[in-house]
Amino acid sequence: MPFACIYVPNFPVAAALRAEPELRARAVAILEGKPPLETIVAVNEKAGGMGIALGMTKAQAELCAELALRPRSALQESAAHAALLDCAQSFSPCVEDAACDTALLDLAGMESLLGSLPKISRAIHSRAGALGLEANVAVASNPDAAVLAARGFAGIAVIAGGKEAEHLGPLPTEVLFANGVDGDEKKAAARLLETLDRWGIRNLRGLAALPEVSLSERLGQEGLRLQQLARGAASRTLVPVEAPPVFEEAVELEHPIVLLEPLAFLLNRLLEQICARLGFRALATQELRLTLELENFSPFHQRSSVNFVRTLRLPLPMLDTKVFLKLLQLDLNAHPPGAPIVKIHLAAEPARPRSTQAGLFLPPSPEPEKLELTLARIAGMVGENKVGALEMLDTHHPEGFRMRRFVAEAPGKSSHEKPPGEAEGRSTVTALRRFRPPRRASVTLENGQPVHLVCPKNVQGDVLWRAGPWRFSGDWWEREAWSRDEWDLALQNNALRNGEDISFCRLVHDLLGGGWFVEGMYD
Amino acid sequence: MSSAVVSTPAAQGRPFVFDGDAVSEVCAPSGGQRRDSAEDQQSPLACVLQSTINNQQSKIPPARVTPASQLEIRPTPEMVSSGVVAIDALTGGLPRGCLTEVCGPASSGRTALLLAALAAATRRGEFCAVVDASDALDPQSVAAAGVDLERLLWVRCSGDSPQRERSPRRRPSTSLRADSDTENHSRQVNQNSEELVGDRVGRRFEPRSSKSSSENSLEQVLRATDLLLESGGFGLIALDLADVPPQAARHIPLTTWFRFRRAIEYTPTILLAVEQRPIAGSCSSLLLQLGSPDRPPQRTDATFAEPSHAQLFTGLDITTELVRSRLERKPAGSVTAFASKTAWTG
Repeated sequence: MPFACIYVPNFPVAAALRAEPELRARAVAILEGKPPLETIVAVNEKAGGMGIALGMTKAQAELCAELALRPRSALQESAAHAALLDCAQSFSPCVEDAACDTALLDLAGMESLLGSLPKISRAIHSRAGALGLEANVAVASNPDAAVLAARGFAGIAVIAGGKEAEHLGPLPTEVLFANGVDGDEKKAAARLLETLDRWGIRNLRGLAALPEVSLSERLGQEGLRLQQLARGAASRTLVPVEAPPVFEEAVELEHPIVLLEPLAFLLNRLLEQICARLGFRALATQELRLTLELENFSPFHQRSSVNFVRTLRLPLPMLDTKVFLKLLQLDLNAHPPGAPIVKIHLAAEPARPRSTQAGLFLPPSPEPEKLELTLARIAGMVGENKVGALEMLDTHHPEGFRMRRFVAEAPGKSSHEKPPGEAEGRSTVTALRRFRPPRRASVTLENGQPVHLVCPKNVQGDVLWRAGPWRFSGDWWEREAWSRDEWDLALQNNALRNGEDISFCRLVHDLLGGGWFVEGMYD
Repeated sequence: MSSAVVSTPAAQGRPFVFDGDAVSEVCAPSGGQRRDSAEDQQSPLACVLQSTINNQQSKIPPARVTPASQLEIRPTPEMVSSGVVAIDALTGGLPRGCLTEVCGPASSGRTALLLAALAAATRRGEFCAVVDASDALDPQSVAAAGVDLERLLWVRCSGDSPQRERSPRRRPSTSLRADSDTENHSRQVNQNSEELVGDRVGRRFEPRSSKSSSENSLEQVLRATDLLLESGGFGLIALDLADVPPQAARHIPLTTWFRFRRAIEYTPTILLAVEQRPIAGSCSSLLLQLGSPDRPPQRTDATFAEPSHAQLFTGLDITTELVRSRLERKPAGSVTAFASKTAWTG
C-alpha cells in the first residue's frame, strides 16, 4: 500500500511567501517574539546563504540591507496549513494531519483513478504549487519512510517497495526529527543527535547498521524506534483527520493601505487562493466574509485595532474570482472602511455547487453571476433597498410591502405556461401611480365634500366627480397606528394645456395627523 | 506578353503584368480573343464607356457598394401577447427585440397596459424588470394585475444617490432585506481626514449636485437600463417615464434610444417605454397613443347624481391609437378601445 507525504520545508517562510509571492526571489527571514527581543526563527535558502542564522536578533538581521524581514503570522500559517490539507484531500479521502508542515495520504486504490505513482506525485507537487506552496512530495510503502524521504529529498521522490533502506541511507540523521518541535522534545532530539554524532553516525545508513541489542542498551526503546525508521521498516496505519473545511486566507500588511486599488489587488490574490482550494474540493461558496483590521489611534496615540466586517451573501453558490472581486469592490465603494487597513482576512463558507438542467424550450433567464454584478452596480446607484423584488406583507397598510433580494431562479414546471384560458379571462386592472412621498394638498370643502384641489406639480383643479370617503385604519395596537379617509376624484385639470384634461386621483385625509394628501393618480 | 496599368486604389502606380489573354477582361479587342457570348459584341464607343465605368468603380472602396443579394434581411420580430386582447388585435402584440412606446396623459391607461404586459410576460415564465423613474409603482396594483412578483425586478430611481444621503454622522440604515448584513464596527472618522480608503482617485463622496431631482433620476434610469440590457436574460424591460415632465424626457438624446434598440436587436427582450409624449423618434418600432385631448379618460360608470358615498370608481375606458408601426400590421391611425377595472370591482 503506497503512502504519499507532502512536506513544506521552512514552513513559516513558506506561509509568508504564499501571502507575498513577490518575495520569492529575495532573502526572507521570519521574526518572532516581543519587541525588542525578536529573534529569527526561520530563513529561506537565500537568507541562509547570506549568513543569516536562526536565533539572530532583529537588530543583527537588519544590518543586512537585502534581507526582507517579516513577523511570524499564525493566521498565514493556519491558512497555509489549511491549503496543504486541501491539496492532500483532493487526491485521497484518507489524509493524516501529521504536522503543520506535513500531510500524509493513503494512495491505496488511487493508481487506477489517477495514474502511476510518479504521475500522482507530479500532480500533487503541481497542485501544491498552484496553492502557493513549494512542497516536497515523496511516495513510499509506509508512512514514516515517506515522511523521511519528503524531508530529505527536495522535489519529488518515489521509493519502490522493499528499497526504503537503500534510498533513505544517505539522508542525514536530522531528518528523523521534525522541525516544529519545542521544549523538552527539542532537547531530547538534540541530545540524541549529539550522541549519534559522537558515535560517528551521521546518516541513516549508519544508524540502520548498528546492532539492535547494543543500541537498545544505550538509547532504549527510542533508539530502536529511530533505527526502524532509518531502515524504512516502520509500519503503522494513518490516523485520518476529518477536519471541518475552513476556507480562509489572510495577509498582514507591513504598511497600512489607504487606497482601494492595492486593496483590490490583494483581495484578488486571496480570492484566487480560496477559489482554487474550493475548486479542488469540488465546492462553491455562497457567502464571503471580509474582515479588515483598521489602523486606529486613540487620543493618547496608542495604536489599537478595530475590525471592519462586510459579509457578501450570494443568491446561488458560485465560484468565479472575477465576480467576487467586482462585488467586493462595489461593496467597498458603497461602504468604505474609513481608516487605513493593516490586515485583511477573507473567509468563504463552502456550499455544494448548483446544478441546473438547461432546456431548449425554457424562457430566457439572466445568468446568476452577471445578474448579481448588475444588481450590485444598480444598488450602488440608487441604494440597496431600492432595487429588488417585491414582497407583500400581511397588512392592509397602503405601503405594506418590502423589498427583498431578486433571484432569477430557473422557472419550475408548475409556474411556467399557465393555461391560456386563465390568462385570457383576466381583465385589465386599473393601476394607481403613487406619489412617494404623498403630496400635500390644499382642499376646498363644501358640506364636507372636496370640490377643489390644489397640489404641487400640476395636480389641481375642480372636482367633477367623487367617490368616498372610504375609511381605512390599522395597527391601532402599535405606535404607528394609522387611520385615513380615501376619496377617488375626477379632476378637471385647469393647469394643463386646454383645461379639458380630466384625471383621476386618490385623495387621502389623514385622520390622526391631519392634513390632506394626494396619494396617486389612477392610470 | 502584354502589359497594362490598372488604376486601382491598392495598386496605384504599380504596373501589373498580365498575360495577353487576360487583357480581354477590360474590353474585347477588335481582332483578338473574343468571347462567344453575344453580349460582348459591343461597339467601340460602348467599349470605351464600359472601361471608363469600370475604372471609376474600381476607385470606389469595395465596402461602400454592397450587392443587394448580400444585404442583411432583418427577420420579422416575434410578436407576443401584451396582456390586452384589444391591443393584440390592433398590433399583433408586442414585438421582441424592438422598442415599443406607450404614450398618453395622466389617467389614460398607460400603467394598466404596462402591468398587463408584465403579467403576460411573467405568465410565460419570463423575468421582467421595471425601471421606475419616479418610484411610482404601486405594489397592490401589481399584485392585483396578476404579475408574478418573484419574476419582477423593480428599480426605484428617485434622483437621490445613496452617497449623497450617506454622511459620517448618520448610521447605516438597517435594510429591509433580511440577508443584507452590515457588521460595521468602524469608528467615526475625523471629518478633516482625507486619508479615507475609497475616497481618493475619484471615489470621494459626491458633492451636492446642482442637477434637479428629475435629471438625476433620468440619469439613473438610463444607466440602470444600460446595465440591465447588458446583463440580458429579461423577457421584458419597462422604462416608466410616465411622470417625467416631457421637457425633461426630451433631453434624452436619440443616440441613447438607438443604443437601446441596438442592444435588444436579435434578442428576445421587449423594451417598453411608458411616457407622456413620444420621445424615441424613429427608434421605436411601435408607437401607441393612449387617450387624446379630444377624448378624455372616461369612467365606466358616469352617474353624478348619487351621493359620493354611493359612488364607486370602477375603472377606466381606454382608447388606443396605433400611431406608427414598422411591423406592417394594421395601418397607422387604427384605433381600438378597451376597459380596465379597479381591483375592488372584481
